Amino acid sequence: MKVRVFVSLKNGVLDPQGRAIHHAIEGLGIHGVQDVRAGKMIELEVDASVTDAQLDEMATKLLANMVIENYRIEKVAA
Amino acid sequence: MSFRAAVITFPGSNCDRDMADALEKVSGSAPLRVWHGDAQLPDNLDFIALPGGFSYGDYLRSGAMAARSPIMQAVVAAAGRGVPVLGVCNGFQVLTESGLLPGALLRNAGMNFVCRDVKLTVENSQSLFTSGYAAGQEIVIPVAHHDGNYFADADTLDRLEGEGRVAFRYGETVNGSARQIAGVLNAAGNVLGMMPHPERMIEAAHGGTDGRALFESALKSLIAA
Repeated sequence: MKVRVFVSLKNGVLDPQGRAIHHAIEGLGIHGVQDVRAGKMIELEVDASVTDAQLDEMATKLLANMVIENYRIEKVAA
Repeated sequence: MSFRAAVITFPGSNCDRDMADALEKVSGSAPLRVWHGDAQLPDNLDFIALPGGFSYGDYLRSGAMAARSPIMQAVVAAAGRGVPVLGVCNGFQVLTESGLLPGALLRNAGMNFVCRDVKLTVENSQSLFTSGYAAGQEIVIPVAHHDGNYFADADTLDRLEGEGRVAFRYGETVNGSARQIAGVLNAAGNVLGMMPHPERMIEAAHGGTDGRALFESALKSLIAA
């Protein structure tokens, strides 16, 4: 089973990278983009035996830093 | 009396030798060198240093991988027993990632890698790392980091300030850190994380000696204990 974990900065946490990307988008001459937040996506190939609790454990203990980040787990249909 | 210190080296650490050199110059005893994959620390340590660098290439987040390496479980246990632990730069990031210190180090607000001497104010001169300084003393210590922007929620920041756990503050704008925090202590006062590099200000040839008192303080507290 393929699982995607999306990690993003919490609201209120400054995202200088997103801001730089925003500036660069404006540099392309495209207007109308209100805000940019950058995150990361981690794709895992896991056995069916891996439980939801274990996925949450991976996310909270390693993949995301819960002080500054949120995560969302998405299971991708084979 | 010998000062039994250990410097932990992770793959990608690059200030471990500087740290070991500073500890030896100040204490007269060469520290033990410990590799990240070791499951155990040497016995009866007086001091543990987590050096600067780019452990594991900053993969995932700065310090994230190192914080989960085998040796860090031993460091967390030693910190719990009261062994002094100093984390500088990447070492500070490892300490927050391992939960020994609150907060997190984000990308610098200005996006740039900042590498220069900065002014610091000593906020707490009572800790075992800072007793050699005067409260409010201004010192100059170099920084060299990309992810030094200290972040914690407002309640945590209030608690840190209220409990005297802000060891150092920047005397100038450096990286966007909340409340200009440059170094924080744990609740027990035996763990210090800081972005500036005191080990790079030990002798006149470094351009200053303001970092010396930090190591001398730790040495003195050991003798007093």
